[in-house]
Amino acid sequence: MKTLRMLAVAVSLLLLAGACGQPDEIEPVEPPEDAPALDDPEAAEYDVFEAPAEEEAVEVFTWWTAGGEAEGLEAMVEVFADRYPEYTFVNAAVAGGAGTAARAVLASRLAAEDPPSSWQGHAGQELIGTYVVAGQLEPLNFLFEEEGWLEVFPDAIIPQISHEGNIYSVPVNIHRANILWYLPEQLDEFGVDVPTTWDEFFTVADELEAQGVIPLALGEQWTLMHLFETVLLGTMDVSTYDGLWDGSTDWGGPEVAEAIEVLDRVLDYTNPDAPTLSWDQATQLVIDGEAAFNIMGDWAAGYFGAQGLEPSAGGYGWAPVPGTDGVFQWLSDSFALPVNAHNREGAIAWLRVAGSREGQDAFNPIKGSIPARMDGDRSLYDDYLLSAMDDWESDELAGSLAHGTVASDAFKAEIDTALGLFLADRDGDTLQDELVNACEAAGPCE
Amino acid sequence: MSAPATAARPAPPPAVRVTPVAPRRRRARLLRWAGVALLSLMAVFFLLPIYVMLITGLKSFEEVSLATMWRLPTGIYFDNFAAAFRALRPNLLNSLALTVPAAVGSAVLGSFNGYVLSKWRFRGSQTLFTLLLFGMFIPYQSILIPLVQFMQTINLYGGIPGLILVHIVYGIPITTLIFRNYYASVPTELVEASRIDGADMFRIYRHIMLPLSPPAFAVVLIWQFTNIWNEFLFAIVLTRPASWPVTVALNNLAGSQIVEWNVQMSGALLAALPTLAVYVLLGRYFVRGLMAGAMKG
Amino acid sequence: MVAPSAILIGIFVYGFIAWSLRVSMSDWQGLIPSYNFTGLDNFAHLLFNDRRFRVDIRNTAVFSVAFLGGATTLGLLLAIMLDRKLPAETFFRNVFLFPMAVSFIVTGVAWRWLMNPALGVRVSGLNLLFERLGLDFLINQWHMTSPPWGMAFVAIPALWQMSGFAMAIFLAGMRSIPEELREAARVDGASELQVYRRVILPLLRPAALSVVIILGHISLKIFDLIIALSGRQLALDVPAIYMWTTTFDANNFNRGAAIGILLLLSVAVLVVPYLWYARRQEAEL
Repeated sequence: MKTLRMLAVAVSLLLLAGACGQPDEIEPVEPPEDAPALDDPEAAEYDVFEAPAEEEAVEVFTWWTAGGEAEGLEAMVEVFADRYPEYTFVNAAVAGGAGTAARAVLASRLAAEDPPSSWQGHAGQELIGTYVVAGQLEPLNFLFEEEGWLEVFPDAIIPQISHEGNIYSVPVNIHRANILWYLPEQLDEFGVDVPTTWDEFFTVADELEAQGVIPLALGEQWTLMHLFETVLLGTMDVSTYDGLWDGSTDWGGPEVAEAIEVLDRVLDYTNPDAPTLSWDQATQLVIDGEAAFNIMGDWAAGYFGAQGLEPSAGGYGWAPVPGTDGVFQWLSDSFALPVNAHNREGAIAWLRVAGSREGQDAFNPIKGSIPARMDGDRSLYDDYLLSAMDDWESDELAGSLAHGTVASDAFKAEIDTALGLFLADRDGDTLQDELVNACEAAGPCE
Repeated sequence: MSAPATAARPAPPPAVRVTPVAPRRRRARLLRWAGVALLSLMAVFFLLPIYVMLITGLKSFEEVSLATMWRLPTGIYFDNFAAAFRALRPNLLNSLALTVPAAVGSAVLGSFNGYVLSKWRFRGSQTLFTLLLFGMFIPYQSILIPLVQFMQTINLYGGIPGLILVHIVYGIPITTLIFRNYYASVPTELVEASRIDGADMFRIYRHIMLPLSPPAFAVVLIWQFTNIWNEFLFAIVLTRPASWPVTVALNNLAGSQIVEWNVQMSGALLAALPTLAVYVLLGRYFVRGLMAGAMKG
Repeated sequence: MVAPSAILIGIFVYGFIAWSLRVSMSDWQGLIPSYNFTGLDNFAHLLFNDRRFRVDIRNTAVFSVAFLGGATTLGLLLAIMLDRKLPAETFFRNVFLFPMAVSFIVTGVAWRWLMNPALGVRVSGLNLLFERLGLDFLINQWHMTSPPWGMAFVAIPALWQMSGFAMAIFLAGMRSIPEELREAARVDGASELQVYRRVILPLLRPAALSVVIILGHISLKIFDLIIALSGRQLALDVPAIYMWTTTFDANNFNRGAAIGILLLLSVAVLVVPYLWYARRQEAEL
């Protein structure tokens, strides 16, 4: 009882600060503009738990919190620490990436005009359509010139990370979205070949289904958007696809209608429990032999590896998603420089490391992605990644929708809703109408 | 509310009717066993998820899969717990530093309010109570932006003290409700008498109400402790990495790409241990406090 | 003594509600705050023009009915059985109470495994257990049952977590009913069942109301459980999730705030009668 009373006194002292009202003085609650009870100098002293705000701290937001991506980040941080010992790297990683708490943290920090030193975002419209148009990011042209990055990054990527002639982020890595995964030995067993067009896929899928095998493993709703973007790319040529994102291709047109039709048919060949599986659980279906194929970004290679499979005939195999041969549908994690960055010099130092050959070669082999630069040290990468590096240099490039390259967050969210509703009613015409609306409401269409 | 008719009737003289005892008792015994069987079945239902989490937590990463989730691990694999503990340890301490003062603070304020609102009627006291209570229903997701801005303004953003304040504030409605209901059953005469003796509001609280309050404090503290311990949203939005409580760190055990379910599950169990302990050790007081009137409508 | 609470709640609740109201009637989209007055446009869009919001309302209704109905029924049933002073009462009570100690996120993850809806050779989770036990008729698709009934299955983990709370409140209510009342009824020749129906249940009405109010607000705000259980999928979307994604993923701050206000209004519809009832009760005393 005594301790309780003491605690009571302590807490009330902290909070009261003002007068203790008598019953007849109490007024109906009004939100006062100022907060006298809280604006207490002692409050700062009470701040014992807070790490001291260091001038040298470089606070960086990422969503790399576990596994290879976290280890890759650590490796890059080591490079940073070697090069810039005057700064301390503060890892503010929050799990989940797009669509989770990390976004809320960032949005509220920006609203309070207290941005971190730098944060991770998908290169392209995710950063441009959301943050650049809101004036939250600084152009980085000076950095690209000083570091000579214009020569080492592929030409095609520069316009995608630029807005009105200015470059706004430093791509650290490249992932490929349009990959069809399988186990070669299993396909032999099932007696099917890897399909290169959607028509071939449907033939193969019927054979697989007759054998009781799930033709295509699918996961939760975002993997449906991932599937949709590869279907879009697989049913139209790259310039038509690009037009979807700048308003020159009509969302109400026949090309999109065809893509929706294919998507609708493909969905009939997927596992019915898809919405409850995370993407890796969907990939696992292929490993377990329950499904023949899985369409996923090339982070799946890392998962196959973690399950003890090698990129070889006895291990796992990959091919472009049907209809997308010769096209590299890319996405990239990149770092940006916020306006009013906390410790701007330190932030720029971090960006220099993130764009450097050394930094990217430290990060990517562990993370399981290829460097955005074209001069990576090939001896560090495994067979899958080497093939991706070759394709990255030779293929035509197209940006990813589900991973923020080609559509702003708002546009993407509308598309996601439309796809979710489609999953429930499977009404292709309505989906197309909704996509047209989405483009008008939040996309580039007028 | 109308009192049940049977209860109102005067009791007839006892032992008027003689019932054959033996069959009735046998039936009663049978019913008891049926009751225990049913309870056990329910208990299995309640324990299943914990079983799955525990055995998954003890498996190696390669062994974890949906297909074999019921199977016992082939070997006991404590590494996950060790890994999870390493990752969560500083955050467990943060959680403790956060949860205890926040639970106590909101309990104390709630008991103040409950006392005043139940024993000191003044103009608008009902309205005030309604307004306080309504705070319980505010959807937190919609106020994160102004909350962060406000915490920045008063310089409490980023650390545990600010998070404590927020938890205290949003705990006030429920703690007030519980204490007010509890104090409603304390005879008002007690308060009146000391008021006539010249005791002021705070003295009456200290000398009369507080000594009567432990059962309600037990309920409120247990409730608040678990809620604050498990809270994620405010924690992640209002603190910087050094001050993250365990829920945020637990969330971070999952990457954006590969989820190590075994580490995840063992981490979840570790993070839940303190609150589990609270319930197992203090569950009795929880029910007792409720019985003493802490949640009567 | 109430002043600090009143001030704090004034700022943190009513101040922020006022802010939300203002945003909900603005054209704020994107990261630059914009407070141009747009009247009730955002509300009109949600209520009349938004297919997703319609799904959300339906889902919340299904969930709330299943959750509230289930929790009161199950809580009452457990309380009655524990009230019978059966052996190992403490053990059972603790078992039923302990899920309350776990966070909704953890509950969601555990049940995500248990309620795996895969059928056939990939059957897993509880379905697998049913299959092994020969209870095949129980095998089902859980929350992937076609909408809106899948939403009712989402109530299962919520029930698992919260019916212990209902039980505790009911049990406390029962235990505080004087034994004489029961005796009197028994002497009157009432069977045990009748004792519960006629004597005890009516006296538990206030307790039931507390349960419904507290669980009701949880059910309207349910968010992390669903995310952990099923990720984001529209079939199981609720207003709280929509509010989150539209605010933080799409930066439609105005629409998010409007959903928040609508949630608050629906809570008011639930709570104000309760408060009114409680006040009338006291007046009668």
